[in-house]
Amino acid sequence: MGLSSVTNGLVLQGIDKRYGQVLAVSDVNLTLPPGQFVCFLGPSGCGKTTLLRIIAGLEMPSAGRVRLDDKDITDRPAHQRNFGMVFQSLALFPHLSVGENIAYSLRIRGVDRAARRRKVEELLELVRMPGLAERHVSQLSGGQRQRVAIARALALEPKLFLLDEPLSALDAKLREAMQVELRLLQKRLGITTILVTHDQREAMTMSDLVVVMDQGRVQQVGPPLDIYRRPANSFVAQFIGISNLLPAVMDGGDRLTVAGALFTVAGERPASGERPMSGGRVTLSIRPEDVHLFAGTQTGPNRLPGTVTFVRDVGASVETYVDVGGETVVQVAAPKDRPPVSAGDMATVELPAESCVLLRE
Amino acid sequence: MSEVRPASGGLLPLIYPSVMLGVFFLVPFGIMLAVSFFHRIEGGFYEPAFELANYQRFLSAFFLEALGISLLIAGMTAVICVVLGFPFTYLLTRLRRRHQVLWLVLLLSVLSLSEVIIGFTWSVLLSRTAGLSNLLVWIGLMERPDAWTPGLTAVTLGLVYLGLPYTVLVLYPPLSRLEPDIPEAARTLGASPIRTFFTVIVPGQRRAILSALVMLFVFTLGAYVIPQVLGGPPQWTLAVRITDQALYQSNLPFAAAMAIFLMVVSLGLIGLVLLLGRERQRAA
Repeated sequence: MGLSSVTNGLVLQGIDKRYGQVLAVSDVNLTLPPGQFVCFLGPSGCGKTTLLRIIAGLEMPSAGRVRLDDKDITDRPAHQRNFGMVFQSLALFPHLSVGENIAYSLRIRGVDRAARRRKVEELLELVRMPGLAERHVSQLSGGQRQRVAIARALALEPKLFLLDEPLSALDAKLREAMQVELRLLQKRLGITTILVTHDQREAMTMSDLVVVMDQGRVQQVGPPLDIYRRPANSFVAQFIGISNLLPAVMDGGDRLTVAGALFTVAGERPASGERPMSGGRVTLSIRPEDVHLFAGTQTGPNRLPGTVTFVRDVGASVETYVDVGGETVVQVAAPKDRPPVSAGDMATVELPAESCVLLRE
Repeated sequence: MSEVRPASGGLLPLIYPSVMLGVFFLVPFGIMLAVSFFHRIEGGFYEPAFELANYQRFLSAFFLEALGISLLIAGMTAVICVVLGFPFTYLLTRLRRRHQVLWLVLLLSVLSLSEVIIGFTWSVLLSRTAGLSNLLVWIGLMERPDAWTPGLTAVTLGLVYLGLPYTVLVLYPPLSRLEPDIPEAARTLGASPIRTFFTVIVPGQRRAILSALVMLFVFTLGAYVIPQVLGGPPQWTLAVRITDQALYQSNLPFAAAMAIFLMVVSLGLIGLVLLLGRERQRAA
């Protein structure tokens, strides 16, 4: 990326959104480079949809500016922004056919009938629904409605493509297929896309950049793997599905004590800030698949003895829950590496220094 | 399980409504239908007969004109009510729940007023001596006070006032079910709020608008007090003519024939709308 890309794209500066006493979005600063697939990820009520609506121009921020390609668009009304948006309910116009729905924005712009028909055919081709322009929207399946909503949003070749959990109503299989299709479509068109979702798997597998949000604030911004490897705090770690979070106390340098045992940490540093001072409280996080498990009590560096409480076989993997001094550590192994333990056995978990990540509260 | 129950038990609950319907609707209607074919005795009552003379009288220019003015007033009132009521109801459904309830209570309180009171109130408001024109004179917009009643405008105004709360009540349920996503989607696709209203909201509510128009049309077609109080003889609708014939001219057979005619026109219109609605559904 050249120097020019620093100012290109969408920039949010100090965005606040207040509803009475409630602060739905609080001091959001984001720079989204052009051509990327960005996910706003967070639990319901975290402010991700409100932020998307502010970008679309459907809500006015209480404070802050929205800039696109170095132009301030904060006060520009939604209908003058030319951003394509797909709503959670899809919001297809029930009185219009598939073709008329897709051509709606072109009709508003006064594009003539022949050009409209050409564009509709081209878009139906793009979403793999050729020849269905005459259908009525009530005659479509869930997946087809989805495609029509996408095609309609793309008709004006928008600068930004905004998606507000459009896949959440689909069943699991169709949903995965649409995820792949949507990602391929975005790559082909090279359009900057923002997808709002509460599904961490969806965010992790689809996006170039993930924006994790909670309680109206951005918790972490980064590529999916970065967020997975180096979560910025325990909320992010928990939300993206890392279940092992252990309270720890710093003991100088890279050493710390966890559940009474001495540990060293050589893994990647947390995404933000330096290491806390000696005696400081931190959270040690480790992904379940990085934990090693041995039968019986063994001592050694980064090892914790405990009792197996539960072994859960989920087919593709085996999850073993070990209680170590009141804290639970989960280990995930492939069926062929199934540890020779069962519930009630003594066992030892090893948390390799290079896989441990320290989180500040 | 219900198949085990004897058939007579299934019919038993039907007896009460059919007796009620028979006694209070079918029998009086039958009497009226019969009377409409009876022979009138000048200056007196009527005697049983079967003649079409009462229906033939419709073909005179005088009664065709009365029918025309009835249809015109009903049509105008229906259109004005929907044109005023639709945007009002749409904006009402976009308000907060608490404010919506307040407005609806206000509208319902208008419904509690008697048609007679509304009629006479408007006749005072539109009169020369105490009416609104005095206000316009006072602020200098008119030279001298004028009487706006009786007349077509006064009748229409009164009927619109009466019909507007019904319009809102009929349009409120479908409009409040309209998802806010729909107009918002139109906004993101480049339509200004006004264009969104005319390209998405109005066409999306075609059926609700159509049924509101029909309801108001039929409702106004039967209006009697307002045209009587606010209109002169040229604005007298069929309903007024029926009253006139029945009460003042003692011509019950002719009044009955007109009432039947009015009902046939109303039913015809409702049927037409049902037909249109079904065709649209088939097209959908």
